[in-house]
Amino acid sequence: MKLQARKKSSSQFVQNIGRIWQYGDSLYRLLLFAAILAVLILVLAIGYELWVNSALSRHAFGWKFLITSDWDPALRDTFGALPFILGTLITSAIAMIAAIPLGLGTAIFLAELAPNWLRQPVGFLVELLAAVPSVVFGLWGLFAYIPIFVKPTSTLLNRTLGFLPLFEGPVFGPSRLAAGLLLAIMIFPTITAVSRDVFRAIPNSQREAALALGATRWEMISQVLIPYGTSGLLGAIILGLGRALGETIAVTMVIGNNLDFSASLLHPGYTMASIIANEFTEATFDLYLHALIEIGLILFFITLMINLIARILIWRVSRRTKMEARA
Amino acid sequence: MRNFSAYSARRKSWRKFVNICMLTFSGIATGIVVAPLLWILGYVFSQGWPAINLQFFTELPTPVGVPGGGIANALVGSLMTVGLGLLIAAPIGILAGLYAAAHPESILGLIVRFGTDVISGVPSIVMGIFAYTIIVLPQKHFSAFSGGVVLAFIMLPIIVRTTEEMLKLVPATLREASVALGAAEWKTAFSVILPTAFNGVLTGLMLAIARAAGEAAPMLFTAFGNPFMNMDFNQPAATLPHMIFVYAISPYDDWHAKAWATALVLIVLVLVLNILARLFTWWRARNLGNVS
Amino acid sequence: MQTPVQVKTVVNENAVKARQSAPKMEMRNLSVYYGKFRALAEINLTVQANKITAIIGPSGCGKSTLLRSFNRMNDLTPSARVDGEIFLDGENINSNSADIVDVRRRVGMVFQRPNPFPKSIYDNVAYGPRLYGVKRKSDLDGIVEKSLRQAALWDEVKDKLHQSGLSISGGQQQRLCIARALAVEPEVILMDEPASALDPISTLRIEELMHDIVSDYTIIIVTHNMQQAARVSDYTAMMMIDENRSGRMIEFDQTQRIFTNPKDKRTEDYVTGRFG
Repeated sequence: MKLQARKKSSSQFVQNIGRIWQYGDSLYRLLLFAAILAVLILVLAIGYELWVNSALSRHAFGWKFLITSDWDPALRDTFGALPFILGTLITSAIAMIAAIPLGLGTAIFLAELAPNWLRQPVGFLVELLAAVPSVVFGLWGLFAYIPIFVKPTSTLLNRTLGFLPLFEGPVFGPSRLAAGLLLAIMIFPTITAVSRDVFRAIPNSQREAALALGATRWEMISQVLIPYGTSGLLGAIILGLGRALGETIAVTMVIGNNLDFSASLLHPGYTMASIIANEFTEATFDLYLHALIEIGLILFFITLMINLIARILIWRVSRRTKMEARA
Repeated sequence: MRNFSAYSARRKSWRKFVNICMLTFSGIATGIVVAPLLWILGYVFSQGWPAINLQFFTELPTPVGVPGGGIANALVGSLMTVGLGLLIAAPIGILAGLYAAAHPESILGLIVRFGTDVISGVPSIVMGIFAYTIIVLPQKHFSAFSGGVVLAFIMLPIIVRTTEEMLKLVPATLREASVALGAAEWKTAFSVILPTAFNGVLTGLMLAIARAAGEAAPMLFTAFGNPFMNMDFNQPAATLPHMIFVYAISPYDDWHAKAWATALVLIVLVLVLNILARLFTWWRARNLGNVS
Repeated sequence: MQTPVQVKTVVNENAVKARQSAPKMEMRNLSVYYGKFRALAEINLTVQANKITAIIGPSGCGKSTLLRSFNRMNDLTPSARVDGEIFLDGENINSNSADIVDVRRRVGMVFQRPNPFPKSIYDNVAYGPRLYGVKRKSDLDGIVEKSLRQAALWDEVKDKLHQSGLSISGGQQQRLCIARALAVEPEVILMDEPASALDPISTLRIEELMHDIVSDYTIIIVTHNMQQAARVSDYTAMMMIDENRSGRMIEFDQTQRIFTNPKDKRTEDYVTGRFG
């Protein structure tokens, strides 16, 4: 009504403003909708592009691509991703073995044990660790972490457990072990931050119930809090795994990039991400490029699944906590 | 009755022993998790500092063995790619975050949140391939433009999520008050909600910039790198993280020194942005706390 | 303006009899601080064995804080500091040398809101005994049944022991929490407004349950419900905040006297409903 009155008496300019006012909400909704659509399209487009641009390789090798280990661009006709898939699995496994106990331990310390004045600063340091760029991890790994920590450790492992194929010599600096241990550091923050939040979301009444029965702190944590938050903690771990699987540049810098078919962790290797980083710009013919993109497709698919699972697990905990708070 | 009062002293001390062990372990774990950060910071500073001087910021790289030289090209390249990425990602991200915060239970809101979670889990190298196939391949050349686009993809989920989190902190009463006064939804969003959450949105942008500025992997086949100064979005461009990578894996000691110095510049940039973002969040939480 | 006090509540028979009893727990000069704020000031209180002692008073007067001092649950609040002596069978438990884990086994607690673990009913009750090393299935079965019977819950859940403890009603959950506390055979049971979240019938069941078990245990209950205090307790401690907002105990006596013939004017006002 106000608009009507204004329209009669006013200039074109005011009319325009009036129109924006009138259609503002629909325009705004349209914009919001477009933004959401952009997010959605992005997810679908990534999958589509990788699929289309790996067609040559998919048609030439089919499922065999996953289980053969020929990779010789000079031969020009056979590509198999097995060594890279195994390399990714091995380095991620090493990372998980190191990062799960340490990450969860830190989360427990931050959520349950640390005095108040320590929580914020230490939590902040963990967040900063997450902010360090991957390439800086790689640089430090190459020139400090490997010579100072990883190589002596490798030598020790080789001397004591060298009879196992896993620790077969000769000892290299850049190796699968180096990559795995560097990945562990890189996924600490993910595991720690998410599982700390999971612990914090657990209602205090659970802690009181356990302690009032005479449980020690550790019994409270291990028998009550961890079972209560299992799915969230699992989510945190899987989220860390997702990051380890896809991590590229730091791994490329410390893994040595060598097609090595031994089982030794102390030898250099390749991961899916590092072969892409290393050879993508050198892919001189289409089949080669498509084979690399197919590796990217596999990586995309695996990380997608892993992240979906992790998110669903984490959501379940927060939802249950909310429901119980309401009840 | 009371058959637990005499439960074995050995079990009691065992329980206490396990308790102490595990609590100590969690303290040690925290030390092990935090130590690399301090080691990395210390090492980057000690190795990088000697090579830092004014020329390092203003000059172009020199060939191996030639003293001097800097990273001016990479600074400009990073600025271009990150700037372009921000230009693309910020409006989309803020709008999507607005929606997700305003309609948390709606299907679209859930989709946005899930979608951004999925995108944030996609390895950056895969994002790089994606940008390569949609831009570099059709254009048949590497470019700063493609680098900016891939960085936009990387920034998008961060901006959406932080915007959403920060907007959720805006008291619902404020929104309701505005709507009750007869303001349209878009008016409320832009005149009430966004300004109140301005710091929060800024925080999201800073975190996104910090993350994007450090991405090396997708730059390998988008912005590609360039030893010369380039201000054309259609040409390849050097970026800080890519430069570190190239210098680090080279066999030359003077390039290694430059890698450290560049890493120092990058890490200072990234940490400053993160610390600022964190301070903003604290400040914001405190202010809102006082209001309510 | 003194009008004759009219007590509408039924006073507990046991209290009238005022049986002979020995002290079980005692507080001497207890003060609790949160940071600089003194939440409880100079509490002196003796709890008789095999009796029910009620702590009453307006909200915010420190009833729960006092209750949580009996098993040192205030230790969980980082800023809290507890001064003074707390005796359990003559031994001061508010000292560094006291074994907190053991204290909490001997002094069990039931909370305001039922807080079963998200485990099965059986595992909820068996949690405590397992901590203390009971492993044999037959032993655990026995303890679980006995505790659930004591908590008057056995008949309702005996066919669904392996269902989640969260699947039963609120009143049943609270009795499950009582069974869980009884399973470790405590000597003292603290109850922090155990019926405040429950409906009247569940409340009644809990009160009956307290009567049934008090011959074996010492019970201390916090309640804001004066009828409840009058119905169930033998002794009553009346608390109120002073001018510094610190909680103080202003009167302690047999429940019958508190409700029929209080010495303190404030107690009289409170129990007759003129206050708080």
